Amino acid sequence: MKLDDVQRIAHLSRLELNQAEAEAVLSQLQAIFSLVEEMQAFDTTGLEPLAHPILFLRDLAQPMRVDQVTESDNRAENMKSAPAQHDGYFLVPKVIE
Amino acid sequence: MSWHNTPIALMAKALAAKEVSSTELTQYFLGRIEAGKRWNAYLDVNAHLSLEQANKADQLISSGKSGKLTGIPVAHKDVFVTRGWSSTAASKILAGYQSPFDATVVANLGIPDENNPHGAGMVCLGKTNMDEFAMGSSNENSAFGPVLNPWNAAHVAGGSSGGSAAAVAAGLAPIATGTDTGGSIRQPAAFCGLTGIKPSYGRVSRYGMIAYASSLDQAGPMGKTAEDCALLLSAMSSHDPRDSTSLADSGEDYGRHLNQNWKEENANPAKPLEGLRIGLPKEFFAEGLASDVAKSVNEAAKLLENLGATLLEVSLPKTKLSIPVYYVLAPAEASSNLSRFDGVRYGYRANEYRDLNDMYAKSRTEGFGPEVKRRIMIGTYVLCHGYYDAYYLQAQKIRRIIAADFQGAFNQCDVILGPVAPDVAWRLGEKSKDPVQMYLEDIYTLSTNLAGLPAMSVPCGFNANNLPIGMQLIGNYFSEARLLQVAHQYQQASDWHLRQASEVA
Repeated sequence: MKLDDVQRIAHLSRLELNQAEAEAVLSQLQAIFSLVEEMQAFDTTGLEPLAHPILFLRDLAQPMRVDQVTESDNRAENMKSAPAQHDGYFLVPKVIE
Repeated sequence: MSWHNTPIALMAKALAAKEVSSTELTQYFLGRIEAGKRWNAYLDVNAHLSLEQANKADQLISSGKSGKLTGIPVAHKDVFVTRGWSSTAASKILAGYQSPFDATVVANLGIPDENNPHGAGMVCLGKTNMDEFAMGSSNENSAFGPVLNPWNAAHVAGGSSGGSAAAVAAGLAPIATGTDTGGSIRQPAAFCGLTGIKPSYGRVSRYGMIAYASSLDQAGPMGKTAEDCALLLSAMSSHDPRDSTSLADSGEDYGRHLNQNWKEENANPAKPLEGLRIGLPKEFFAEGLASDVAKSVNEAAKLLENLGATLLEVSLPKTKLSIPVYYVLAPAEASSNLSRFDGVRYGYRANEYRDLNDMYAKSRTEGFGPEVKRRIMIGTYVLCHGYYDAYYLQAQKIRRIIAADFQGAFNQCDVILGPVAPDVAWRLGEKSKDPVQMYLEDIYTLSTNLAGLPAMSVPCGFNANNLPIGMQLIGNYFSEARLLQVAHQYQQASDWHLRQASEVA
């Protein structure tokens, strides 16, 4: 991993790092990934990945519910924590000129 | 009456006998919270709201509509969203956030009303401090300052449920909720001398629990005794259609085996655990374990043997690999879960930005703390095209082996016993500069989350500096009631769980 990689991941994560921060993060991530590399020595040929602990026990059927309205209108309460809003809509910087 | 030394099982009896009211209990604990601010255990307290709930609980009791837990105060980890109290996950990005709804755990324990007919009637005392988004093992990653350990204020309380642990240990709550993604109930419980249980994955609804790593996160109780934990877990656990991973067979009386012998036909009262096979994984007692912790856990094993259990050595060969596996999978899930924090719908928005993308980046950069950013970046990296197979997929494959290794051990034994953590609570600041050093501390707790197994922490001694030591009991899937039985029987024959920190009057 190099400094360029750190800036690329930061960008993908929508995080900003200045030069000094990126350098500090680089050495931390390098230390973490040297730990992670220990996994590579283990042969996993033919093994199925386990995404979820319950899948180890049983097939997890996707639970289905009856197709009916269960939620009432909570718009006013849901908008209470919006950083910026107007007439019940979330406000963001202009994206289309 | 020193109610902060009273297990909730006895508090329930006092309430039923009208020896005390919920309002009196709530006032008592609110007073202690006010006097115990130095532990930094709470992030939000609202006496008015708590007393309003206590009044409703008293009405339920006087009208004969109360359940086992009605009127007993409880503190909630700030990872559970609550109406009335702010819900922040100890992050600046959610500072002051007011949830429009209650998490299922909060509703299950809370005051019943027309929308929540099955609420247990407990009174919320407030929201407890934690590592930001539950990422951390010391509670030093909170945006609102670290929690101090009531046994020694120069030491950490553990994490991530450090506020809940300190609140109960300092007598600022009789019991509390926690969550455990890689040890976050068990390790702070061990560091603060408490009993805590992380149930099997799927037992407790994750609805309204602010997500960190969804395939690992599971909620549970933290209290003074196994009996108290059984009471709270029975009320927390339910099948919830709003959580697709909530198990249909959740919800049972987890205390039903507490006072039974392990084998029903056993008639020897001196050997209640006769027939119980306890496996000690040799990898849990290998290099890296502090000698005083090893000594206490071995003495606990001896006591369990005296109670009739048989001890044997088992092997969990991938124990060390659980650290890299966890620190790939958990950050991967976290990077996805935390993408919702964009400064648009709720939470912090930066004051200055050029355009929409800049607003996302600046809001997140200013809102998240360093450990959260680190894990988001690790997760983003391991999910990148070109690295996905080598890291994320490889980790998921080893996860299957880790889960299978446990089944191998459970062919030989009923319960696994080991330490919760390699050492006792460390000094504040001692490990916070080196993330890898902190991650290594999770070695004994991570594998049960990866496998989805139930596990608990039970006090079993103190080191030379009077800091608590916890033992870990791990059971097979859905064996919580059996784990609690073993812990309860141990607590009938020991008094470690009754010790009180001298700094806590």
